[in-house]
Amino acid sequence: MIDNDLLVKVSDAGLYKNGKWLVKGVNLNITKGKIVTLIGPNGSGKTTTAKIALGLYKNIEGTVERLTNKISYVPQKVSIDWTLPVRVIDFMVLTHDLQDQEINDALNLTGVEHLKNNNLRELSGGEFQRVLLARAIAKKPDLLVLDEPVQGVDFTGEVELYALIKKISETLQCGILLISHDLHVVMSATDYVVCLNGHVCCSGTPVAVAQNKEYKELFGEKSSQLLSLYEHEHDHVHDSDGNIVKEAK
Amino acid sequence: MFDDFLFRALIAGIGIAIVTGPLGCFVVWRRLSFFGDTLAHSALLGVILSISFDINISLSIFTVSSLVALILLRLQNTTNLAGDALLGLLSHSSLAIGLLVLGFLSFIRFDIMGVLFGDILSVNVNDLIIIWAGGSIILFVLWLIWKPLFASTVNYELAEAEGMNPKRVNAIFTILLAALIAISIKMVGLLLITGMLIIPCAMARNLSNNPKQMVVLSIIGGLFSVFVGLYASFEINTSSGPTIVTVAIILFILSLSRIRKKY
Repeated sequence: MIDNDLLVKVSDAGLYKNGKWLVKGVNLNITKGKIVTLIGPNGSGKTTTAKIALGLYKNIEGTVERLTNKISYVPQKVSIDWTLPVRVIDFMVLTHDLQDQEINDALNLTGVEHLKNNNLRELSGGEFQRVLLARAIAKKPDLLVLDEPVQGVDFTGEVELYALIKKISETLQCGILLISHDLHVVMSATDYVVCLNGHVCCSGTPVAVAQNKEYKELFGEKSSQLLSLYEHEHDHVHDSDGNIVKEAK
Repeated sequence: MFDDFLFRALIAGIGIAIVTGPLGCFVVWRRLSFFGDTLAHSALLGVILSISFDINISLSIFTVSSLVALILLRLQNTTNLAGDALLGLLSHSSLAIGLLVLGFLSFIRFDIMGVLFGDILSVNVNDLIIIWAGGSIILFVLWLIWKPLFASTVNYELAEAEGMNPKRVNAIFTILLAALIAISIKMVGLLLITGMLIIPCAMARNLSNNPKQMVVLSIIGGLFSVFVGLYASFEINTSSGPTIVTVAIILFILSLSRIRKKY
């Protein structure tokens, strides 16, 4: 299938590190204007997969093709050391020069324009996430990789930011790779879902994934009705190669 | 009032302070102060090789320090030793080899105190040219790589994901550090060069709230330390390196009272 809108193509990718597969056999395509969401329990390889897609690992299995250089990344964790004095305004132009207007607009969109001259270390967790997101969208990327972008954001803010992410994907026509724990948001705002648990459990449209047997096993019956909280029990385990070893409970 | 050698020392010190400010900030931000020490220790070997083979001292130090830096970058990828252990290993092996070679060359008259602590009397016009030309090149290269270097200092993976090459700029920065040590060893001495690098920056951090401000204040702090330190070393007849660094420490202590704890 030839796709002109293709931004990233990950083919059968995996990462073997310190004697085990962190993730294995991942296939995914990110295209313009679409949101691809990675879901899965802790340690299931979501962040690893995102970093593989970004090309941050050198020794991976499989192949990754990136067809754009305009990439923005919101890492799961950014810690700023005290010795490094950085204001929000310095952070906004970290990798890309921007006009004042562009900085203000982006900060305005995520609701933190008033923090422009504050030091990053003064911000609360939620405010910091909003700044990270603002920086990522300010440079108008073709590809946006968001690793749990709304962690620590209050509930109303969370809904707003997901609405913003959806809007960005439409207005900028950029592809988004999103890692999220909010299943209900994921299911309503996403075009394609990849459910990971060391390997790709299942993938497809949110509706198709919700009906998938492995997804139900991983997240519980209730979540397939898009109502449950993000809780699940492991009812299968993996061997060191990531293959499923069925275990009756 | 100014003797000729004091004037030369002042010009040399100004040049060095302007370069150590920005470079020192990155050393502090990237937690590289022990790395600076390692490069400085390896400079002793450079000094000894320069005397034994009669080559330019700065060139010799630059070569040996760069080599040690590159060996370190290579070892970081090939061994599982922690960073500080690796630095200790390189630091002391280069120091030991340097002293060993010095032992073999006992017939050479050689002022080791000058190498360790700096000697303003020995700064000649040639050194001034090396300091100012070398310093200009170092600052120019730093200016070129500033953005990717700063971005990868804030967050390595973010910089790499967004199309920068942190590995390459890190290597370039390491070479710049080696070059700085090469041009400033005569003035400050190899035991104290790391102090000259980080103390004005530590002072600047207490007074600043953004990176550019911190760089500017480090340069000002360094210049002040050089002016006062040189004058004092001339008046009270002490080594230039320790005197300059002591002035910098006094500035740091004074800056503690202005510390902006909030940040």
